[in-house]
Amino acid sequence: MLATFLSQIVNGLILGSLIGLIALGYTMVYGIIQLINFAHGEVFMVGAYGGLFMFTYLLPTFIQRQWYLALPLLLVGGAAVSTVVAVLMERFAYRPLRGAPRLAPLITALGVSVALQELVRNFYPGATAALPFPRVFVQGTWEIPVPGGTVPLRWTGLLIIVLSLVLAAVLTAYVNGTRMGRAMRAVSQDSDTARLMGVDTDRVIVLTFALGAALAGVGGIMYGTDLGFVNIDMGFQNGIFAFTAAVLGGIGNLRGAVVGGIVIGLVKALGGQYLPGGTAYDYVWIFVVLIAVLVFRPQGFFGESERVRA
Amino acid sequence: MTRRRTIVTAAILAGALGLTACGTNRQESTSGGAGGASSCDTSKGTLVIGMVAPLSGGLSALGLGMSHSADLAVDQANQKCTVPGYALAFQAEDDQATPQVAGQAATKLASDPNVVGVVGTLNSSTAQTVQPILADRSIVQVSPANTNPTLTLGEQATTAPKRPFPSYFRVATTDLIQGPFGAQYLVQKAGKKNIAVIDDGKTYGAGLADQFAKEAQKLGATVVAREKVGEKDTDFSGVIAKVRPSSPDAVYYGGEYPAAGPLSAQLAGAGLNVPLMGGDGIVDPQFVALGGRAGDLATNVGAPAESLPSAKQFIADYQAANYAEPFGAYGAFSYDATNVIIEALAKAVQGGTWSEDTRKAVVSNVQSTNMQGAGGPVAFDEFGDTTNKVLTVYTVKGDNFAPIEGSTGSFQG
Repeated sequence: MLATFLSQIVNGLILGSLIGLIALGYTMVYGIIQLINFAHGEVFMVGAYGGLFMFTYLLPTFIQRQWYLALPLLLVGGAAVSTVVAVLMERFAYRPLRGAPRLAPLITALGVSVALQELVRNFYPGATAALPFPRVFVQGTWEIPVPGGTVPLRWTGLLIIVLSLVLAAVLTAYVNGTRMGRAMRAVSQDSDTARLMGVDTDRVIVLTFALGAALAGVGGIMYGTDLGFVNIDMGFQNGIFAFTAAVLGGIGNLRGAVVGGIVIGLVKALGGQYLPGGTAYDYVWIFVVLIAVLVFRPQGFFGESERVRA
Repeated sequence: MTRRRTIVTAAILAGALGLTACGTNRQESTSGGAGGASSCDTSKGTLVIGMVAPLSGGLSALGLGMSHSADLAVDQANQKCTVPGYALAFQAEDDQATPQVAGQAATKLASDPNVVGVVGTLNSSTAQTVQPILADRSIVQVSPANTNPTLTLGEQATTAPKRPFPSYFRVATTDLIQGPFGAQYLVQKAGKKNIAVIDDGKTYGAGLADQFAKEAQKLGATVVAREKVGEKDTDFSGVIAKVRPSSPDAVYYGGEYPAAGPLSAQLAGAGLNVPLMGGDGIVDPQFVALGGRAGDLATNVGAPAESLPSAKQFIADYQAANYAEPFGAYGAFSYDATNVIIEALAKAVQGGTWSEDTRKAVVSNVQSTNMQGAGGPVAFDEFGDTTNKVLTVYTVKGDNFAPIEGSTGSFQG
């Protein structure tokens, strides 16, 4: 019993920290320009395909075989592809709409999302179906002994938890502790005043998109490495969860995004185990929790007052 | 201002393009057939054999194999002038393995007065929406792959079978046979006694898993867990943690390879090194590419095409035609299904002219089919089910499924 409970906690933490990592991108962009960037899930997907492309067509065999060479290269490559896509997207889809009514960029975001998905579907060789992803990390499972059984923790899962939390911490430190971070917070509080004070708002906004995208790209690579395959739906599915996590944690708040992600992961894992309907209904419980939280705390866990944090 | 407007328009256009790309149906031209048909008399026009199958998306490996195989049959009929006075065209519509899209594809085909019959679908769930649309116009439908019993036997398939659509036929046998056949192998031959049964909740997967579980229990095995997952799930760690404490010695999965492959890999990842077994929906090399392990098992309809003398010609012709994708699990049956329709059409037209009224004659000719196909003998019972109820057990060897020798047979209850 205990072993099962702890196994589900582990499953929840793995999924949750990945969702949290993606949610950071949603929450930062919202914090700066109040745009819900629905294409962010696709940025996550594009990062994974970018890494796959790099592995399949660019890396020489001796690097492919050594995970400690291939993994860091893929993580950087995936993050780079995601960042380039996000920066282009900001430049050509969102910046022209700055100052337009709020609905215009929102609809554009949906359009960008569909366009990215279709571009990958049509132009990446074989992407109409799921594609195997190289397992560029130690394979295998650590069987943690507990009373009454063992709790399996796969090494790729551990990688997701550790790397996600480390990256989230680095990001928070960056936003809170550096000059550029201060500029981001200033733009988020009041972009007009920030500009009057000499902050280059356009640059700050591009940087925000780039940071969020880089995290999503890293997430995409870890997702592929963990599951052993990627498909073009992965961005949509995980994007919805990440968006939900950002809202649950209080959109615009960095800590909220990570906490929201982990809550969602745990609810999915434990809901599938213990609540009626089992794993067939585990997605339902995520949204039940979201609705319940929003009824009593519409601003999410970490309230509106801290929105400026992004 | 104008610049801004241009960019906005561009963004909207990009989105619109993306959307249309989703909806585009790839059509397979019968270029080879048209060229070969020049020696035949085609003065009366062109008749269309349709297909509804997943040509894109996760199941496209199976769907494209079906489409090419049917295309081959149509090409050959054109070369042999099988239907005097008419040229045949093959039109494949993509259903993306989605019932709603399949409905649109069927409606499109049904609105064409020159459509003679439709081969398909792959999925039982899509068949449910396609059946009534085609039946409305008395268009004959022959599926090479549907296995859910209710499609031919009605809602009460086991207690009070009643055929819902007289124009629907299939050359694949049903899960009433396939589920128990799989159970017999897994329990009696492989000696598995504690089996976890998981399905994807779709028409095909849930039905198959139920039939399997029923027979497995009858044979003395224990179904230690009965779980459902989402068709598009990719992370099965939750359901695996749930079944793990009951320490199953095998897992049966009702569903298709896009989920079954990852499920098999994740079972091993969670320390559950037991074989996964499934039905015809997982028999594809993609299953292995997505994580299927050596020793995983599957039942598939028919005898293995490579072993049938009747299939040799089909395989040789298919390879000669140089299609981009292999014929897949349902190639031989798709080829047969297409030939069933062509033969029935030839008999119905017999030098006369085609009109929409001819469709009824085509249906009754299909009903009385008796031919030797690439996948074995083809004939239909009073429900439209094939009388060829043979199945084969396959196991993963290397990067593909290979038939287990001596496992071809059927289930006698």
